[in-house]
Amino acid sequence: MGLFLLSGVSQAEMKLNLQEPITALGRDVYDLHLLMTIVCGVIFVAVFGVMFWSVFVHRKSAGYKAATFHESTTVEILWTIVPVFILLGMAWPATKTILAMRDTTNADITIKATGYQWKWGYDYLKGEGEGISFVSTLSTPQPQVRNEVAKGENYLLEVDNELVVPVGKKIRILTTANDVIHAWWVPALAVKQDAVPGFIRDTWFRAEKTGTYRGQCAELCGKEHGYMPIVVKIVTEEEYAAWVDGKKQAMAAAADDPNKMYLVEELTPRGEKVFAANCAACHQANGQGLPPAFPALVGSKVVLGPQDGQIDILLNGKSGTAMAAFKHLSDTELAAVITYTRNSWGNATGEVVQPSDIKVARE
Amino acid sequence: MAAIPGGADHAHDHDHHQPSGIMRWVTTTNHKDIGSMYLWFSFAMFLVGGVMALVIRAELFQPGLQVVDPDRFNQMTTLHGLIMVFGAIMPAFVGFANWMIPLMIGASDMAFARMNNWSFWLLPPAAILLTSSLLVPGGAAASGWTLYPPLTVQMGIGMDMAIFAVHILGISSIMGSINIVTTLLNMRAPGMTLMKMPLFCWTWLITAYLVIAVMPVLAGAVTMILTDRHFGTSFFNAAGGGDPVLYQHIFWFFGHPEVYIIAIPAFGVVSQVIPAFSRKPLFGYASMVYATSSIAILSFIVWAHHMYTVGMPVAGQLYFMFATMLIAIPTGVKVFNWVATMWRGSLSFETPMLFSIGFLFLFTLGGFSGLVLSMTAVDIQLHDSYYVVAHFHYVMVAGALFSAYAGAYYWLPKWTGHMYDEKLGKLHFWLSIVFFNMTFFVQHFLGLAGMPRRIPDYSLQFAEFNMISSIGAFGFGLSQLVFLVVVLKCIKGGEKASAKPWDGAEGLEWTVPSPAPHHTFETPPVFK
Repeated sequence: MGLFLLSGVSQAEMKLNLQEPITALGRDVYDLHLLMTIVCGVIFVAVFGVMFWSVFVHRKSAGYKAATFHESTTVEILWTIVPVFILLGMAWPATKTILAMRDTTNADITIKATGYQWKWGYDYLKGEGEGISFVSTLSTPQPQVRNEVAKGENYLLEVDNELVVPVGKKIRILTTANDVIHAWWVPALAVKQDAVPGFIRDTWFRAEKTGTYRGQCAELCGKEHGYMPIVVKIVTEEEYAAWVDGKKQAMAAAADDPNKMYLVEELTPRGEKVFAANCAACHQANGQGLPPAFPALVGSKVVLGPQDGQIDILLNGKSGTAMAAFKHLSDTELAAVITYTRNSWGNATGEVVQPSDIKVARE
Repeated sequence: MAAIPGGADHAHDHDHHQPSGIMRWVTTTNHKDIGSMYLWFSFAMFLVGGVMALVIRAELFQPGLQVVDPDRFNQMTTLHGLIMVFGAIMPAFVGFANWMIPLMIGASDMAFARMNNWSFWLLPPAAILLTSSLLVPGGAAASGWTLYPPLTVQMGIGMDMAIFAVHILGISSIMGSINIVTTLLNMRAPGMTLMKMPLFCWTWLITAYLVIAVMPVLAGAVTMILTDRHFGTSFFNAAGGGDPVLYQHIFWFFGHPEVYIIAIPAFGVVSQVIPAFSRKPLFGYASMVYATSSIAILSFIVWAHHMYTVGMPVAGQLYFMFATMLIAIPTGVKVFNWVATMWRGSLSFETPMLFSIGFLFLFTLGGFSGLVLSMTAVDIQLHDSYYVVAHFHYVMVAGALFSAYAGAYYWLPKWTGHMYDEKLGKLHFWLSIVFFNMTFFVQHFLGLAGMPRRIPDYSLQFAEFNMISSIGAFGFGLSQLVFLVVVLKCIKGGEKASAKPWDGAEGLEWTVPSPAPHHTFETPPVFK
């Protein structure tokens, strides 16, 4: 069990300890863990040193005769009181750290992280970059997961849109969820906060170093729980300002006119993208699903039936099943994905659902 | 392990019109028969749950998906947890209680013999519900053994089967506990005051009260999930005015005492075995009783340390941290007492003693990782990571399971009338302890490095330790078959065991012949 102690001493190379923190609080946590491990290790060695001494010396086979004592009030009081003081010594730094950790006031930038099955949505709510909003999805290609091609360096810890924040600023993260409980965890930032549907929780960090830091959802959230990473890119203030500009322009360019009427051919390519990002994990890219938990859309009664029924399920989910509500998608995205499912994989309704139909259904 | 038909019970066939064959076991009200059935049942479930663990470890042997799809993987982790906790460990210790408590206190049987029969026979239907749920549309519950909503509301009929199974298992545990409390309080031999009971009896008295207190809480929690799923309630649904976190509070109000429901009888077994092989009385009997009671009481007021990341107020986090740290004190007292029992004893190292020392060593290690986890700020980093997985396997496997093995080897001669094969027993111990550490020690490092639990696939930085852990798991799993061989051999034959095969053992159970006759202590013995 020497390894138990070693875990404190040697680090990065063998990855025997916590990830190297890049925040002041993270260092406090790191040191607190190290202190605890060392104190526990010392007590462990002391207690079991005594036990193993006994094991090697007080042996019947060595002719050792048993003593008969079976109590000692002094010793018993002593080993009740001494641990109290050791624990008090541990509680002091632990209390200081937790108080600092929970002080989320005076944030420079506030970002809401919303857990969806199975990706993260980010909304920049306050501070520089306010109004920016995007979804961050795993970008590791499926063939890597299926072992058909070699795995990349950041296998399962890479996303299409990274969360970008400036170095040195206090970033407050509000967490919530759309469907089930998720947890937003980035080890290097020493941050983990559950995202509870219907409630808002918060946490914060102030990074001291630029770079890219990776974490994962930490609360079991269903089938693809292992596939919703979090990637945070810490950049300088100038880089951040440039990123904000670029992002805002891109968002303006991509904004949809909600009143536009589309043709089937216009909506299906868009719908295919929305489907790949939101639906394919369960219903599969070929629309065959994974029955019975995740039904096929090919030949499905819902997809081939009245439009209202399908719109309702997408907006509100289907209770008692894994089908979540997708009302966070825009009218155009929903119209596109519904149109796509009604005109793909042999489904040939020829029907087009317009963004305005979704808008009506929402009301 | 079994009181085999055709042995000692022959002599008593004339005064009991017992059916033979399978009906003998279905209708039996004898505490020894029922104890044996509990033990066999729990071992069978241990193997079933173990196979699920091996599916998990096979999938985690390498990054990428190889063996099962993620949904199946989640079903495996869920059922592995439920089966091991409710199907393997708890029934194993109830089996020990059934067999040994009447023998230890000089009672002729358990207080409620017919209820005893029923509390056992509720278990197989529950086990069938749990395992067969793998075959229904949508598969088994895949939400982790903690069954957190709203995820549980999304599941198929397998979830309802799991809920029903939990209900049945809960009823069984409650009836078993009522029986144990009544037996212990009313049926002790004349002269055996409470403070003269063997410590195993004390630990079960305390455990039984814990079971009676918290199993109804669990039943309530899963019933609320059931009504949320099917009857339109919104206990755990924010949209209807409920709160998903409410479930976690209710669950862990059950869940933390549950940890001690598993651990405390294990303490009891070890407290019988260590003095026997140290040839010296248990050190600090009275403080053991007080420490165990303190642990039980504290276990009711620390539940939210399983929930440091849900976002409770900082005052709550601090309170639960301090309360949790307090548990280290009585637990420390127990460990010190065991070491002091061994100190200046005359030690020998038969298999029960080896497993007890293994328990002491590794349970304490799990206790220390628990102390690390009690620190809120550190726990927030380690919560839901493999560090936690490592921690609770140290206390559940190296704690409860090793202690159960210690007890099984210790009492096998009494149960079967034969000595077990000491060489095989020792082999079983050494294989178990090596592979156990290989499996779980490295998981501390995985958790520290940032690997979340309950994931079927992981990034490349975690590959080496996962491979080591998986190899260890297969080694550990296969080693358990050695135990099966030992038990079967011991039932079939072997060196005849005397009434008291261990020279340092104390207690009334060693005053009856080996194997223990079908009926013992028909007139209470005199206890000095």
